[in-house]
Amino acid sequence: MLPPDTEPDAGAAASDAPPGAIGARESVVKGAATTVEGRGEHVVVNIGPSHPSTHGVCRVVVELDGEIVTSAEPVIGHLHRGIEKMAENRTYLQVVPLTDRMDYVGSMYANWAYCRAVERLAGIRVPERAEYIRVIVCELQRIASHMMSIGSTGADTGAFTAFMYAFNQRELVVDLFEALCGARLTYNYVRPGGVAFDLPDGWVDRCRAFLEQHPDAMLEIDRLLFGNVIARARLKGVGVLDPAVAVAWGATGPVARGSGVDWDLRRDDAYSVYPRLDFEVPLGERGDCYDRGRVRLWECVESCRIIGQALEQLAELEPGVIKAQDLPRLLAPRPGDAYDHIESARGSLGVYLVSDGSVRPYRMKVRSPAFSNLALLPMLAEGHTLSDLVVVLGSLDPVFGEVDR
Amino acid sequence: MNITELREHLCAQYPDLCPLFSIEFGDGVLTVPSARMVEATSNLKDLGFDLLGMVTAVDFGEEFELVYRVRSREMHVGLFVKTRVPRDEPRIGSVVHLWPSANWQEREVFDLFGIVFEGHPDLRRILLSDDWVGHPLRKDYEDPGLIRRPDYL
Amino acid sequence: MAGVDDVARALERAPGGGVILTSIDAIQDWARGYSLWMMPMGTACCAMELIAASFSRFDFDRHGSIPRPDPRHTDVMVVAGTITHKMAPAVVRLWDQMPDPKWCIAMGNCAVSGGIFYYDTYSVVRGVDQLLPVDVYIAGCPPRPESLQDGMLRLRDKVRAESVSPSRHREVEGILPLPSDPPKGEPGEPG
Repeated sequence: MLPPDTEPDAGAAASDAPPGAIGARESVVKGAATTVEGRGEHVVVNIGPSHPSTHGVCRVVVELDGEIVTSAEPVIGHLHRGIEKMAENRTYLQVVPLTDRMDYVGSMYANWAYCRAVERLAGIRVPERAEYIRVIVCELQRIASHMMSIGSTGADTGAFTAFMYAFNQRELVVDLFEALCGARLTYNYVRPGGVAFDLPDGWVDRCRAFLEQHPDAMLEIDRLLFGNVIARARLKGVGVLDPAVAVAWGATGPVARGSGVDWDLRRDDAYSVYPRLDFEVPLGERGDCYDRGRVRLWECVESCRIIGQALEQLAELEPGVIKAQDLPRLLAPRPGDAYDHIESARGSLGVYLVSDGSVRPYRMKVRSPAFSNLALLPMLAEGHTLSDLVVVLGSLDPVFGEVDR
Repeated sequence: MNITELREHLCAQYPDLCPLFSIEFGDGVLTVPSARMVEATSNLKDLGFDLLGMVTAVDFGEEFELVYRVRSREMHVGLFVKTRVPRDEPRIGSVVHLWPSANWQEREVFDLFGIVFEGHPDLRRILLSDDWVGHPLRKDYEDPGLIRRPDYL
Repeated sequence: MAGVDDVARALERAPGGGVILTSIDAIQDWARGYSLWMMPMGTACCAMELIAASFSRFDFDRHGSIPRPDPRHTDVMVVAGTITHKMAPAVVRLWDQMPDPKWCIAMGNCAVSGGIFYYDTYSVVRGVDQLLPVDVYIAGCPPRPESLQDGMLRLRDKVRAESVSPSRHREVEGILPLPSDPPKGEPGEPG
């Protein structure tokens, strides 16, 4: 469960009926009916595809009754670059940079999901040191991705300062990645069979220094953003997602966990070295934007715990190989198919590969969690105001490189 | 639950699905003929497979192979469901009434492969613009503007 | 702006008019170049670096540039990320909505030439210069935020080359060769 709110509600009555809830709508409709007869035209408004929210290229066709959204339909595909078709003309190693650019806020775990599918297909065993390094970079990437998401939640509600504070933490993580593999955003680091480079000297100490200050920074953001009365009024009660609906619509990750669906692949499908690590899975209760945001925040704190334990266990291992031995230069797996998935910052990210025995995949399909989560938008936004629509879209945390591929 | 336990559980509950179940490279696969697709998936839903992970298709020349990945949270196990449809008549029953998450997934398969899902409430293109001609992920998709990467191997 | 051109030409011919024109140009260049408000047309990964460049660590604001989401308030459109055929009409429409004088920066390999998505894809526009006139190209996948700031500073040099009087426009020495440039050296000679 989530830790309790950092500040008690200033006025319980005030938070009982936040703006945008059904009570407010009735008052708007009642007010309209008493003044003018026959009012009730629905206006169709087009939001996007280029709009100031940082979520990317999404076009939402919204039908409005005054200020209340009656239907919101997302139109996607503005970033559809044909990555799955391109993968059919690349070797297995050449596809790794393409996976970087799909979920570009989380390149490390996008690489990892693909590499797991390749290793399952080709029967490659990854050395233990590489598995630990993969877990460490994946959890660091989860922190960086959630910082972007929490910051955007702040920006959507007008709290721009919170975006700046969250980005500070993200820059620290990106610095660690730059020391590790030379790139700030698209890393091409996790490769089939292991990882590309070993940890440089002094990296573990820098990582520990980051871990020491991160939980305090998360508390600060919790008080700054989620303790602010305006942000609470904007986020609480908005976009409530029922847990049964979440499961039926295939929502995974913090979107589902914010509604109380207790499903986390790291714990329930325990892959890699996660069985040796001890961590908790934060769950929300009401399933509104507030809970989803706080689930992300506390996942960052849990990630710090995971990274700390992984660094200790890694120190007990001998410095050794980080890539599977005897890998052919050109991987040509056995004909057949394989599916493997990981828990990314957005949910269950899976890759399905079909091989015909040649050096290039016959078909690559990416199961994108943001794609499934975004299908919930029409249901969540209905009945809320237009300004709440933006907040709901932000809380679903879509990354359009992954949605559109 | 592991795959062998799943096989026993499935054979106990639905004996007519038993011969369709196989284990390939450590993964359970239920290969059904396309006419029995909706019935088989309905049985799987009753068995406890409550999450539909993905719906996708692979172009094998004469046929399209449709691949569904379902997962059961309680039994902690995943399963492939595969079926084949002929290339000149690519139609299959939709599973949106069982798992609403299939809504967008089937739209994507229709968009990129041209497979028609009967019973889908809103089957239209999702990733490409509405006036796009052709289905790009088919192996015989012709595009004069497409520049192929040279083969350096 | 025909009236301004005539006045500028008349000033040029007048004795001491050159000094006045230079001063006017200096004021115009200072006003334009040091307050280039940008329209972030960020579609993909480069948008993350664009955001990082605007934030506390790399701070675009000290150069006078702030990101404004509305095209009618901006001078520069920074195209950061891959442009697909579905997105292209939106990009062109927003470019048309920007008032003159306007400039365009193509940030990242995808905006420059299609980048990693040049081959084997059916839906990508290979370079935003197929849609708009680009002034500064920034290579990188994604380019570092410092590269983007360097691009903005080079754009400032280009802005400084313009003048109120059209006959005083200077050509800016670019790095990329234009198709109209003579070929470098003779065959057999080093270029």
